[in-house]
Amino acid sequence: MVQPQSKTENSHYVLEAKNLEIYYGSFKAVTDVHMNVERNKITAIIGPSGCGKSTLLRAFNRMNELVSDSSIRGEILFQGQDLYASNVDPVVVRHRIGMVFQKPNPFPKSIYENIAWGARIHGYKGKMDELVEYSLRQAALWDEVKDKLNQSGLALSGGQQQRLCIARALAVQPEVILMDEPASALDPIATLKIEELMQELKKNYTIVIVTHNMQQAARASDYTAMMMLSKDGERSGTVIEFDETKHIFTNPKDKRTEDYVTGRFG
Amino acid sequence: MSELNNTQPPQMEFSDDLRRRNLSGRIWMVVFRLSTVVGIIALVTLLLNIINQSAGYVHYEAKVDPDTLRVDGIPLEEQSKEQLMSVLQNNLSSGAYNKLDRDKPFAERDRGEVYDLVFDRVVKYKVEETWLLWDSLTHSREIKASVPTEQSGTELKFVVWANWDFLRRQQSSDPVLAGVRTAILGSLWTISITILAAFPLGVMAAIYLEEYAADNWINRIIRTNINNLAGVPSIIYGILGLAIFVRVLEPFTSGTLFGITDPTTANGRTIMSAGLTLALLVLPLIIINSQEAIRAVPGSLRNASYGIGATKWQTVWSHVLPNAMPGILTGTILAVSRAIGETAPLVVIGASTVIFFDPENPFSKFTTLPIQIYQWTSRPQDEFRFLAAAAIIVLLAILLTLNATAIFLRNRFSRRY
Repeated sequence: MVQPQSKTENSHYVLEAKNLEIYYGSFKAVTDVHMNVERNKITAIIGPSGCGKSTLLRAFNRMNELVSDSSIRGEILFQGQDLYASNVDPVVVRHRIGMVFQKPNPFPKSIYENIAWGARIHGYKGKMDELVEYSLRQAALWDEVKDKLNQSGLALSGGQQQRLCIARALAVQPEVILMDEPASALDPIATLKIEELMQELKKNYTIVIVTHNMQQAARASDYTAMMMLSKDGERSGTVIEFDETKHIFTNPKDKRTEDYVTGRFG
Repeated sequence: MSELNNTQPPQMEFSDDLRRRNLSGRIWMVVFRLSTVVGIIALVTLLLNIINQSAGYVHYEAKVDPDTLRVDGIPLEEQSKEQLMSVLQNNLSSGAYNKLDRDKPFAERDRGEVYDLVFDRVVKYKVEETWLLWDSLTHSREIKASVPTEQSGTELKFVVWANWDFLRRQQSSDPVLAGVRTAILGSLWTISITILAAFPLGVMAAIYLEEYAADNWINRIIRTNINNLAGVPSIIYGILGLAIFVRVLEPFTSGTLFGITDPTTANGRTIMSAGLTLALLVLPLIIINSQEAIRAVPGSLRNASYGIGATKWQTVWSHVLPNAMPGILTGTILAVSRAIGETAPLVVIGASTVIFFDPENPFSKFTTLPIQIYQWTSRPQDEFRFLAAAAIIVLLAILLTLNATAIFLRNRFSRRY
């Protein structure tokens, strides 16, 4: 499933959600989502709490399946191929589409092992030392940790831990990196470092980021998806507007988007 | 805002009863403290009672005065092995002497064994009277005055019952010579079998139930019933063990399946049966404790592993298990501590109460420390109660060692998140 068999017209879209609905049991958490993620761009998902941003993000690499009795309807295409087709192994999906979580969660192992473990389980054949250095350099962490690779990853500061988690995700060579509020637990300086890092990474990777911070979305992203509960009284979230970030923040089409991004909401 | 302005605010008076609130708090604190004190008093009483019985003055009366057994004026303590053998030869019937030689040729016995034999068979110290530790300390002068120590063959000694010889000696019907070596070995053998059987089974079952089993009604019933099993009285496990291990699986538990045909291992009442029965007993505890430990591994760690494309097995093996291990080990050791102290199921499956040879393999007849204690306390003579107290101290020492190991392991393996 890794390579698209045929170049479709939309092949510059890495991820496409079509008529997507996500359920937890009988509860429909996300409804009627259409959005496309472009290659080597940063796509932000914003919206109020509880509208299904993280749920949508986790559907992109089938992490939502780890919650029992969750299911989807509709389609998510990865490079033109159905992610949820019966012959697709979720392990491969998560290998190609990596994830960085809200709270930094390094393994309670050494910095070196944090990077090497993922590569090893996927049967990495090259020189491990080089891969570790390369991944840490990509995550702009190498200079800070090169002398203490054998120390525990948990001994690092919060911002460093989060970059370690990014390096860990990069080490298995994904094509897409999903970030679930990666900076929400960090101070502004560490946040800035993560944002600068994202700009570097988008040269080689496609990034989808969920954020509560609208300045962050405005500063860092190329496209923005605005999510809201679909209707008053219903509890399903949906993407109400999806466009280039500059349009969303300067000239939104939907009144609710305008209210939200200008801080007039609630 | 306007809505709030229009409504009448409720009455805003509060009674000033801070003193009463503090008082009730203080009363409760005293109640809590009292409950703790009651517990501590019970524990201290128990310990003092055991210690009180575990040492004290003993009045020995020798059947043959050791002083009369001097050879060329040399006292027994300084005699060589050959001299001691001659003492034996002179004082025993030739039949008895030859039987000793047949049991184990004198050439193979070292001096210490022969020395013990002289006291066992010739001198034959007998306990005339015993005193508790408390009396020995407070009334030592009266005790010393009451025993005619100047009379030869009469001895008054301050004895700590839990001494090195007590650990080293085998069971004996003579309290002076009785020891717990057989029981300690029996307990260690039994508990090894228990750990070997219950630990892997319990941990694997816990992994299955926590990580693999779906959340449906069958699995919920299984989980609930494992909890129920942990509360089943141990004697019922004994009956189960008797039916299954001693009777049905007799060829296995008696060792005949492996070509061991020791006539003394009477029909399956062996260490193997006891170990497996105790394994059944602690299995639910180990499963429950391991499940708790596995559940306590943070979800963020699992997410991290799945997020880079690890399979379930890779996640469990590399992250969940290592991080649950301190909890699993602690739970297992606490469960094993319980098994070491179990008496009832072993009585049911037929542990020997009096046994004069050490267990040599899992298919031997056996006794264990709790069984030995039970047997000694049911004897009428005082001195056996002292032996029981000494055995209790040995058992407590083993248990404390196990618990210390648990704490050590937990600190050693525990990681922060």
